[in-house]
Amino acid sequence: MPVSPMLDPADLIRFLPEILLTAVGTLIMVLDPLLNKRSSRLYGNLSLLALLAGIVAAIEAYHHPGPAFGGMLWIDGFATFFRVLVMVVGILTILPSFRFLTRQDAETSEFHALLLFSIAGQCIMVAANDLIIIFIGLEISSIASYILAGYLREDKRANEASLKYFLLGSFATAFFLYGVALIYGATGSINLSIVRLAQTGPDAPSPIFVGVAAAMMFVGLAFKVSAAPFQIWAPDVYQGAPTPVSAFLSAGPKAAAFAVFLRIFMTAFEPIGNDWQWLVWGAALLSMTIGNFAALLQQNIKRMLAYSSIAHAGYVLVALAARSELGTAAAMFYLAAYAFMNIGAFAVVSHLSGRGERYQTIDDFSGLGQKQPLTASMLSIFLLSLIGVPLTGGFFGKFYIFRAALESHLVWLAVLGLLNSAVASYYYLRILVMMYFREPSDAACAAEPLTPGLRAALILPALGTLFLGIFPNWVLDFAGRSSNLLR
Amino acid sequence: MNLLTVVLFLPLAGFLIALAMPRSNPQSSRVWALLVSLATFAASLSLLAWFDRGASGEQFAVDLPWIPAFDIHFFISANGVSFWLMLLSTLLTPICVLISWRSIQSRVKEFFAFLLLLEFGLIGVFLAQDLFLFYVFWEISLVPMYFLIGIWGHERRIYAAVKFFIYTFAGSVLMLAAIIYLYIRTQTFSYPAILDMLAGGRLTFAPPEQMLLFLAFFVAFAIKVPLFPVHTWLPDAHVEAPTAGSVMLASVMLKMGTYGILHFCLPLFPSAARACAPWIAVLAIIGIVYGALVAMVQPNMKKLVAYSSVSHLGFVVLGIFSFTQIGLDGAVYQMLNHGISTGALFVIVGLLYERRHSLEIADYGGVATVAPWLSTAFLITTLASIGLPLLNNFVGEFLVLQGTALANYKWTIFASIGVILSACYMLWLYQRVFYGEVNHEVAGHVPDLFSREWVAVVPLIVMMVWMGVYSQSFLPPVSKVNAQVLAQTQVNVPFRVQLRKPAALEALRAR
Repeated sequence: MPVSPMLDPADLIRFLPEILLTAVGTLIMVLDPLLNKRSSRLYGNLSLLALLAGIVAAIEAYHHPGPAFGGMLWIDGFATFFRVLVMVVGILTILPSFRFLTRQDAETSEFHALLLFSIAGQCIMVAANDLIIIFIGLEISSIASYILAGYLREDKRANEASLKYFLLGSFATAFFLYGVALIYGATGSINLSIVRLAQTGPDAPSPIFVGVAAAMMFVGLAFKVSAAPFQIWAPDVYQGAPTPVSAFLSAGPKAAAFAVFLRIFMTAFEPIGNDWQWLVWGAALLSMTIGNFAALLQQNIKRMLAYSSIAHAGYVLVALAARSELGTAAAMFYLAAYAFMNIGAFAVVSHLSGRGERYQTIDDFSGLGQKQPLTASMLSIFLLSLIGVPLTGGFFGKFYIFRAALESHLVWLAVLGLLNSAVASYYYLRILVMMYFREPSDAACAAEPLTPGLRAALILPALGTLFLGIFPNWVLDFAGRSSNLLR
Repeated sequence: MNLLTVVLFLPLAGFLIALAMPRSNPQSSRVWALLVSLATFAASLSLLAWFDRGASGEQFAVDLPWIPAFDIHFFISANGVSFWLMLLSTLLTPICVLISWRSIQSRVKEFFAFLLLLEFGLIGVFLAQDLFLFYVFWEISLVPMYFLIGIWGHERRIYAAVKFFIYTFAGSVLMLAAIIYLYIRTQTFSYPAILDMLAGGRLTFAPPEQMLLFLAFFVAFAIKVPLFPVHTWLPDAHVEAPTAGSVMLASVMLKMGTYGILHFCLPLFPSAARACAPWIAVLAIIGIVYGALVAMVQPNMKKLVAYSSVSHLGFVVLGIFSFTQIGLDGAVYQMLNHGISTGALFVIVGLLYERRHSLEIADYGGVATVAPWLSTAFLITTLASIGLPLLNNFVGEFLVLQGTALANYKWTIFASIGVILSACYMLWLYQRVFYGEVNHEVAGHVPDLFSREWVAVVPLIVMMVWMGVYSQSFLPPVSKVNAQVLAQTQVNVPFRVQLRKPAALEALRAR
């Protein structure tokens, strides 16, 4: 498809969310030296507005589906779903961060600008239909998040987290880029649809060539979604990074990376599906098992949630291994449910951690149920959803994923995955035990009353979790309709 | 929408309102829970007026689409078995509220809210006709019980609560896999529709397939029953739970397992069930004898009653897997009996604990002298529990043993040992606690029944006598359903097992 030099106005509408986010992000960086304020509340509110406008723009773009910029972007239901999702994640990250940043004496404009840039990158990733654009989106999102991870620059752990994330992340991106180069060499294109077509034509490239490229990209993306065996960085980074950033990393970039994963593997590499399926199968099982069993041993809540997020990446990989539209839809639903419950759980951690993030162990949750019933009950909803108890989004997501797996005859993967989720219940229950069955600890006593922002940051995801569990039909319907990706 | 839906959702509405009640006024939570549970009981009782005792099918059906994208329905109805189990749940909840009136003093609001949520989950399990909905209720009932044990339990409550949750949860995930598998095969979650397909021959399972599906369901149910050797969560959960938790657990929750076996396992996978029957019967008999023997040596009253439950529930499983009309009727009757009599045992043990603050048998003695009415109530319950004629358990145990004898006479011989042993441990318990020298501590601390406690105990005793004397009030609808279940286990059997029933019957008649 030749790239037209003329700009189509429809292209701008389709690209509007990214434009908005980037513009506001830049505006914030310009405003900061001009206003020279100590409080970052203004920038936070501005980011919230930008994200809300971005969501509206993304929905508007959905009504003009089709290619933008000569097919580099492709706006469809799938792209819209993930665009809205990452922006909602952004909102839910900012809400609890107001209080967090004040408490850590770390109120700056950069935090909000970087967050917006990262989200803009993710929006590009999920809408891209072109390997280079995917790469650019990935880099925009990643570089911003490397900095965010080390945002508390006085904190040694945050520095370590940032450096580790940066080094390993660049390494993984290099793998991805290497895969892109191989594909370009093999098929002469970087457009996903053309790559797919090239493999079926008369002068198709050697499947080994394509397979190696797919494996390279698999490594890069598996790193980004923290799937085993490329999960090593996740616990250290999640533990070291400021808690709102950990929350963000576990939901936003992960969802975007999974969207890319699904799009590339279900379109460009769909012809060699039989070859990569076992790879994803193994990674899924390994991620679930490593994540769940390692989480059993953790004392630090952020590390535990990191291992839990590895396990949940495994569940989504099960959906990918199903290699069907049903699997794609299941992954979409699950990522939405996961974003709500995980961000909510992290919001509670960030609320409780106190100045200098002193309180991070599971024991610090002791007696929270008596001291702060609302916080504790919201966290219970998130934990029950992470376990997969019915009437929560987590349950329905799991149900959907394992249904997709069974429809694709992955009986063993489904059975092992379900048993894994039973193992997982133990470490989530530990937190419930602490909150309700033990006497209050220092941390619970020292916890501040909830600010309105925090209250919203807890209640909104809880409502989202319950909504997805009790009335999943609307989202199911949308995911089902959007799962037939452009081929 | 009909009255059955009201019965189901009243406790949920009560739960939600209870959550919004002020923490500072615990009395309001108590009164509210009592009102809601009584209203639920009244509503379920009034259903009796419309209940067709002669019908074998489902009644009061409500079928509304819930998640159309997956064809999941809110589909509930009651039949002759589930109706009684629902009534059992609605009867015991107000009793649990009454006995927790004084004994629960911390976090009162949450306690009664969870009790109502538990009632909602339990009723739902018995009524759900959509497999997805059934699984939802099955898991929902787990959460309030987990909190009831964990927050208001005794010393080792945390261990017991976590063990309880994980055992049940781990068992049920495979059931979820089987439910999804059934959905993929049939494209529906509606249980009656699946049964129709089976009956019409449009759905058949290959033997290994059927066996695996059967086991996936059966393991989940067996853990809940609990069948030996997956019973180990039960003594812990019972001993550590608060009285109301023990009562609900023993009386209603364990029935979720046996009801599941009867309602789902048998009609869905008849050949696999028949093929496994000898193995399961052996496990049930081991449970009967082992439970009784272990109960005998317990120094702790609650643990003794808990192990007696393992023994009693063994009878239920044995009756179901006898595949005879009499055995099945006995099993269902025994489910109800156990709910009443073991519920009463836990209630009275709870009353003793409230007075003396000990569950150790050794700390008691001579209670009959200081609290004669309490002792009388316990005696009647004890006699019911050991199967004295004219009291309820006799009917159930007799029917089970008779049905088992038709299937396999050897099973009856071994199972009867359990009956004898139950008399030993229960009467010995009674002797040590209520007779003998009046213990100094007992004399000062054990008053007789208060009026609130009378109200809780008397209905149970009335039921024991009623069910023992006139079982015809309850059995006919049960028999109708069981006859249908048995008929369903005959259809569409690709590898039919030769039944021993007719031969055994003739041998008996010839004698």
